[in-house]
Amino acid sequence: MQLISCPWCGPREESEFRHGGQAHRPYPADPAALSDEQWGHYVFVQPNPAGPRPERWQHAAGCRRWFNALRDTATHRVLAVYRPGGPTPETR
Amino acid sequence: MSAPQRLPAGGRIDREVMLGFTFDGIAYTGHPGDTLASALLANGVRQVATSIRLGRPRGIVAADVTDSNALVQVEEPFPEPMLLATSIELYQGLAAHGLPGQGRLAGQPDPARYDAVHAHCDLLVIGAGPAGISAALTAARAGARVLLVDEQPATGGSLTGSGDRLAGRPATEWVSGVLGELAGYPDARVLTRTTAFGCYDDGYVLAVQRRTVHLGAAAPRHLSRQRIWRIRARHVILATGAHERPVAFADNDRPGIMLAGAARSYLHRHGVLAGREVVLFTTNDSAYPAALDLADAGAQVLAVADARQQPPPGWAARCRRRGIYVRAGQVVTGTTGTDRVTGAVLAPRDGGPSVAGQTLPCDLLLVSGGWNPAVHLLCQAGGKLRFDPAIHAFVPAPSPGWLSPAGAVSGDLTLPGALTGGEAAARGALGRLGIKVPAPLAHPAADTEPAVTQSTALWSVPGADGWQQSAFVDHQRDVTVSDVLRATRAGLRSAEHVKRYTTIGTAHDQGKTSGILALGILAETLGADLAELGPTSFRPPYSPVAFAALAGRDRGELFDPVRGTAIHPWHAAHGAVFEDVGQWKRPRCYPRPGESMEQATARECRAVRGGVGLMDGSTLGKIDVQGPDSGVLLDRIYTNLMSSLKVGSARYGVMCGVDGMVIDDGTVARLAENRFLLTTTTGNAARILDWMEEWLQTEWPGLRVSLTSVTEHWATFPLAGPRSRDVLRAAAPHLDVSNAAFPFMSWRNAMIAGVPGWVARISFSGELAYEVNVTAWHAQAVWDSLLEAGQLFGITPYGTEAMHVLRAEKGYPIIGQDTDGTQTPHDLGLSWAVSTKKSDFIGKRSFTRAANQRADRKHLVGLLPVDPAALLPEGSHVVTAAEIPEPPVPMLGHVTSSYRSAALGRTFALALVRSGRDRIGQTLYVPLADTVMPVTVTDSVLYDKEGARRDG
Repeated sequence: MQLISCPWCGPREESEFRHGGQAHRPYPADPAALSDEQWGHYVFVQPNPAGPRPERWQHAAGCRRWFNALRDTATHRVLAVYRPGGPTPETR
Repeated sequence: MSAPQRLPAGGRIDREVMLGFTFDGIAYTGHPGDTLASALLANGVRQVATSIRLGRPRGIVAADVTDSNALVQVEEPFPEPMLLATSIELYQGLAAHGLPGQGRLAGQPDPARYDAVHAHCDLLVIGAGPAGISAALTAARAGARVLLVDEQPATGGSLTGSGDRLAGRPATEWVSGVLGELAGYPDARVLTRTTAFGCYDDGYVLAVQRRTVHLGAAAPRHLSRQRIWRIRARHVILATGAHERPVAFADNDRPGIMLAGAARSYLHRHGVLAGREVVLFTTNDSAYPAALDLADAGAQVLAVADARQQPPPGWAARCRRRGIYVRAGQVVTGTTGTDRVTGAVLAPRDGGPSVAGQTLPCDLLLVSGGWNPAVHLLCQAGGKLRFDPAIHAFVPAPSPGWLSPAGAVSGDLTLPGALTGGEAAARGALGRLGIKVPAPLAHPAADTEPAVTQSTALWSVPGADGWQQSAFVDHQRDVTVSDVLRATRAGLRSAEHVKRYTTIGTAHDQGKTSGILALGILAETLGADLAELGPTSFRPPYSPVAFAALAGRDRGELFDPVRGTAIHPWHAAHGAVFEDVGQWKRPRCYPRPGESMEQATARECRAVRGGVGLMDGSTLGKIDVQGPDSGVLLDRIYTNLMSSLKVGSARYGVMCGVDGMVIDDGTVARLAENRFLLTTTTGNAARILDWMEEWLQTEWPGLRVSLTSVTEHWATFPLAGPRSRDVLRAAAPHLDVSNAAFPFMSWRNAMIAGVPGWVARISFSGELAYEVNVTAWHAQAVWDSLLEAGQLFGITPYGTEAMHVLRAEKGYPIIGQDTDGTQTPHDLGLSWAVSTKKSDFIGKRSFTRAANQRADRKHLVGLLPVDPAALLPEGSHVVTAAEIPEPPVPMLGHVTSSYRSAALGRTFALALVRSGRDRIGQTLYVPLADTVMPVTVTDSVLYDKEGARRDG
C-alpha cells in the first residue's frame, strides 16, 4: 500500500483513494455529432499502456476532491500527481 | 521429574520456577525461558511429529521459525493448529501434541481478544540482533522516532544463542546496556514477541505482536492476545539476520538431525544439550563454534565432516586442541536409525558411489549447509536479489530507497560486520530523512575469531542406491531429491514451475530452508546457473499469522458498521423483523404474535390498499443540490428535464450511465429557485453522490453547484393509503391537504405535530400517499403523532416487504433488483421519463446505438403463474417451451421479483424477458428443480393500471 500525495492534503494511504480511469478523455462536446463507432470508443475503450498513464483519482476518504495522477501500470507506482487542468508532468 | 538433556547450569531460563505441560499426553516440566521445543529436547523427546505423506518420524530441526518439522496442535488453553514447537513459549498447563502435517481448527469461537494499532515512525528496525540494536541506538541518539521490533521474547538475536562476547564480556550484557539506554529515549520503542510479517510500499509494514500468548491460561482477559501493528515508517532497516540451511542426503530427516546453529542456540538459550554423541557435517565455518561449544558443555563430538578439502586452519587447530577430529573433504551420505538417528555414514565427497562409507554411531547429527540471508521482507517490498558466490546465497541487490538491509541479511555474516553495518544503515537513513547524524558509535570489540574462509556449495549428497528417494528437500511436504529429478524429467525448467510441480516450499514454512536446496539441485541437474534460475517469489506473511489476529476487532457485531434510522429502537420494540440493506437495518415487516412473515406482509399490504399504512423510509438516499447551476447539472444527470420544475413541485427521474443503462431512480423536489432535493435508492446513496461529484469536479467544474448528503438529516415517513389524507389532516391541521391545493407530485412546508417539516405527495404504492419529512431529531415524536392521528383509521406500520409487493403490483422497478446494469429506461417501460427535448444528457447518445435499438432486448414485464398459488423463485429462468431441450437451453430472461399479492388474490412476478412487451398474452415456462411452471406474460403494471387510486 503506497502513499499517494493528494494535491490538497499531502501524502495519504492508498486505501483512502479511489481510482477513476483514464484522464484527459473529456466528455465529447457534442455526442450527437459522433458516429456510433466514435461514441462507442468513448464509452467502452480506454487506452491500456504498460507504463505511465495519466489517470483520474479521487481522495475519496479524505477531501473528496478529484485530481490527476501519473501511474505506471506495470509497477502500480504513482509517479506524480497534479490538479485538474494542470500540465501533465513529464514521465521519467 | 528430571530432564535428562538439561545441563545443570547455563541458559536464559528461570530454574527456580517449574512449568508443567503435557505433550502427546505425557506430563513434563520445563522453565520460564523455554520454548516447547527446548523443553521437549530437555526431556529427551526426539520424535515430535510424523510426516504428512510418508508418516516418517520427525524431530526438531531448528531453534526458530525456520523449523520444517515440529508442527504441533495446542489443545490448552485454547485449540490452535499448526504451530511450531520452536515458536511456542512454554507456559504452565500447555497441552500439545504432534501433528502429521495437518491440524484441526477449534470448534468453538476464540474467546480471546485481538486488536490492531497504527504506528508511525522515522525509522523502523526489524530484528533486534547486533545489527538492529546498533541501528536503533544510532537513530535514537539522533532523536529520531525509532521502533525496534523482534520476534523473540528477548532482544539480542543471534547473540542470545551463540555465547559470543563483546569487549570481553558476554554479548548479552552489551545488549542489556543498549536496551537500557533506548528505554530512556521518549521516541524509541522496542516491541518483542513481534514478527514483522509483511513489508509493502513506502515503508508500510505489518507486524503481529504476541502479547499474552505466552501466559497461557493466566493471560489477563482484558488484554488483546495478539495485536496487529500497521506501521508506516519513513525508513525501514532490515536486520533480520540469516537462516541456516540443511543439506539433502539419504535419510536426512530422522529425529536427532538438526541444524548446527540450532543446537548451539538450545545450549546457550535454554541450557539444553541436544545430544551426547555428536557428529557435525558442514560446508562452512559456522559449525565449528557449535562443535566447540557442545564439547565444552560435555558432549562427545565424534567428528566434524567438512565437505571442503581445506578446512579452516584456525578452527581446525582449535578442534585439534579439544580432541575433535576434523575430517576434511568428507560428507554424510546417509544415516541409520528408526525413530531417532543412531549413526551417520561418512564418506569422501569425491569418492563416488563405489566407496562405502564409515558409520559413526551418534545421537545427534548437526548439519550446516551455509546461511541464507532472511531477505523475505525485502523481496515482498519489491527489493531485488543477487547471488553472492562468497556465501552461495541470494543477498539484497539495491533496494527501494526507504529500505536498508544491515548485518547478516546483507550477506555479512560476522558480528563486527553486523555492529558496523547496523550503524552505517542508520546513518544513511538519517541522512536521507534530513535528521542530524550523531557522533559515531564506539563499537565494543568482538572476541577474535579465526578468519572466515570460503564455504562450499553443497545442496545434495549422493549415497547408496536409491538415495534420492529418502533425501528430503522439503520435509513438510515429504518432497525428495527424487521428486525434483522427476520434475526436470517432465521437462520443467523454471524454479516456479518445479515448486508447483513438486509442492516444494508451499507448506507451513514456505520454503524458508528448502527453497534454496531445491534451486541448487535444479541448477545442478539442468547444468544451469543458480544465480540465473533465481529464487521463487517471497510473499507475505513471513510466517503464519492467525486469521483471528488479522480479523482483530472486526468480527461479530463489529464486522461492519450498522446503520439504524432515528427511530430504530421503536421498530425493535414493536417486533420488527429486520433486513440488511447495505449497512442499514430496515424493518421488513412487523409480525404480530403467532403471525408468519408472509401473513404479516399480507396484512400490511391490505392496510395500505384498504386504509392507511406508515413506513420508515428514512434510509432513502437524499442529496441536497444547491447553487445557481443546479438545474443545469440535474438536466445533464437525469434523463428527464428537471430545470423546468416549479418550486413546490417534485418529479420522478431516472439516471443512466454513459452507456445508456439505468443506474438509479428517485424523485427530485425543487425546494427553491437554486435548490433541489433528490432521493436515491437506499443502497445507492453514496454511489450516486460520488457519481454526481465526479461529473461536477472533472467534467463541469464551471458549474456553480454544491452537493451534500442529507440522508441522515431527514427522517422520511411514507404515509400511504386511501385514508392517508385524513391522517395527515389530523396531524398537520394547518396544511391544506385537498387535492387541488396539494396535488400529486408537489410538496409543501408544514407543521406536523408541531414540528416544522415538509411533505411531498409521492407514491410508491399507487395509492394516495405522502412522504413526511422532519429532521431526524424530531423523528420519533412525529412518528408517534402520526400513529396516534391514524389510530382512528387503523393505521398500520408496514415494512420493506409490503413496500416491495405494493410497488411491484404497480410495476415500479427497483434499480438493482429488477435491473442488472444492462437495462435502458426503455427496457423498463420508462420511455416517458426520457426527455426528447434536451440536446444531451448522460446516456442519451447511447440510446441510438444499434445494440440499444434491437427488438429482442429484454423488457420488464409481469408474469402470472398459471397456477395462482405458485410462487416463482426470484432468479428463475424463463424459456419458451414446456419440454426442456438438451443444453444449451435458449433463455429468454429471468424472474426479478416475485410475491404473493393480497390485492390480486394470487401470486405474480416481474421478469426481464427478451422482447417481453411483444409477448404479452403468451404462455412461457419457468423450469424449476422438479417441475416446469407455465406463466402468462402480462404488462408490468398489474394493479390499478389507470392510476385511479392516486388521488384518493
